[in-house]
Amino acid sequence: MTLKDLYTDVILDHYKNPRNRREMEDPTNVANGHNPLCGDKLKLYVNVENDKIADISFIGQGCAIHTASISILTEKVKGLTLDEAKELIESFIGMLIENGEADEDKLGELVVLQGVKELHARVKCATLPWYTLDLALFGEDVSAEDDIKGLEIRLK
Amino acid sequence: MNESKTVVQEPHCNWSKEGPLDVAAIRADFPVLERIVRNGKSLVYLDSAARSLMPIQVIEAMKHFDSNHCANVHRGIHLLSDEATGAYEEARARIASYLGVSDAGEIIFVRNTTEALNLVAYAWGIHNLRSGDEIVLSVMEHHSNLVPWQQIAKMKDLVLKHIPITPSGELDLAEAERLIGQKTKIVSLVHMSNVIGVLNPMDDLSRMARNVGALFVVDGSQSAAHMHIDLSSLDCDFFAFSGYKMLGPTGIGVLWGKRTLLEEMPPFLSGGSMIEEVGLMSSTWAPVPQKFEAGTPNITGAVGLGIAAKYIQRMDRNRTLAHEHNLISYAVERLNELGGIEIYGDLSERASAIAFNIRGIHPHDTASILDSEGVAARAGHHCAQPFHVALGIDSSTRVSFQCYNTRTDIDRLIEAVIIAKEIFGL
Repeated sequence: MTLKDLYTDVILDHYKNPRNRREMEDPTNVANGHNPLCGDKLKLYVNVENDKIADISFIGQGCAIHTASISILTEKVKGLTLDEAKELIESFIGMLIENGEADEDKLGELVVLQGVKELHARVKCATLPWYTLDLALFGEDVSAEDDIKGLEIRLK
Repeated sequence: MNESKTVVQEPHCNWSKEGPLDVAAIRADFPVLERIVRNGKSLVYLDSAARSLMPIQVIEAMKHFDSNHCANVHRGIHLLSDEATGAYEEARARIASYLGVSDAGEIIFVRNTTEALNLVAYAWGIHNLRSGDEIVLSVMEHHSNLVPWQQIAKMKDLVLKHIPITPSGELDLAEAERLIGQKTKIVSLVHMSNVIGVLNPMDDLSRMARNVGALFVVDGSQSAAHMHIDLSSLDCDFFAFSGYKMLGPTGIGVLWGKRTLLEEMPPFLSGGSMIEEVGLMSSTWAPVPQKFEAGTPNITGAVGLGIAAKYIQRMDRNRTLAHEHNLISYAVERLNELGGIEIYGDLSERASAIAFNIRGIHPHDTASILDSEGVAARAGHHCAQPFHVALGIDSSTRVSFQCYNTRTDIDRLIEAVIIAKEIFGL
């Protein structure tokens, strides 16, 4: 694979114009993701209403792979139920683990990130947002009103 | 032991020791340079500041030692142990010669610079520092010269001060003069930056430390690999470096310290090898340097490092430095021609490394694209997070150089940077 095949127009478009990059006033769930090895950092805000993701946004900095992954994530999970979101998280991470397969029906546009698998050092750039979402939705209670910082996941 | 008999022979080199560095012949000594890496590309290795490559002479010396003299040191009556001890002490003498040190007993083998600086911080620091004492470091330091002092500072209630950098990326000497004061007990600074390749004015900084009676500690991780080091004229108390950045193996490094200080200091690690007599309740210590070499050392590593030092001395560090200066000027010129490149540090001269970013491309993406073109570079904070904060960035792409790099390597780097810019539509 040459890197031209990985850095597709879809990834570059999301990198240059990330969707839903903004803070959120009253999120129900928040989590921070940080990869101290490379410096990728994000804060994910989710608003869950009636078991559904009514709104999702993020702030943070990272490489093109990381930014595209989180940008597409926010588009894909908005409107999903928590169960559906869990399934999508598992499908995405499942695509990037060793011997993992991509479920194209479920993942849709996210399959553009499949090529990252060949660059071992970069897999975490793509998965950090998804682990962070998992933590925000299914970690211990993060809806406590005083928990401004939320939970934190640190990938090593 | 027959003291005069050499156990591990000095390296045989097939290149000329006169005139400009014979880089083509030198490259032939480095087997890794024959590697084909991603997409069928030949390797361009620009990550020597993270780890330099090893010449065949070092690899063969270690193989020879392990094949013929594999035994422990300082404890055997038998021939192999005698030879292993000879080889290990021979390596110590080679390092002393490399550093311009007349007393080889001042050379302590450790694992790496990190361990060397921990040794100073703990063995000297715990017993000599008092609440309120100040330690002066700089924002340019590698984490290995920041974190041990943070630990000691917490333990002993010390004050840490950090010399800032000027807008050009050099240490701010006026601020240094202000920060180094009567309460300063230690000044510990990096000789040559592992990020932007700036060479710090150690004579000025040493004078400031001496004026207030502070210890002066030098992190020589980069400088030891790239320039002539003469510890008889560099006025410091401790000098630390790692073998793997100077054509040697990993797991072996050096702390040089002044004998008077080393003799006063208690051990850092304790146990086997560093004792004189052991009782059930207390023990006495072996003399320096064994006092600081607890446990069986990395004997093979020391042998390899000794040969690496000889190899570099044969090349002549003034010649290798001139070669690197040429390469770096060429690389800076070519990168600047491309446009849209930010090079950190506005320096008239730099050695060993260039840190840069392509505007609009995160360094991790840059390094991945460089890698796909066969160019090994590093992206991230290079174990110097506070320095990146001081430079006003999160991370950078770093290319670093050694004796085996060529202008062709830089041409390949430039081609890869152009491809990165094309991919990102810049």
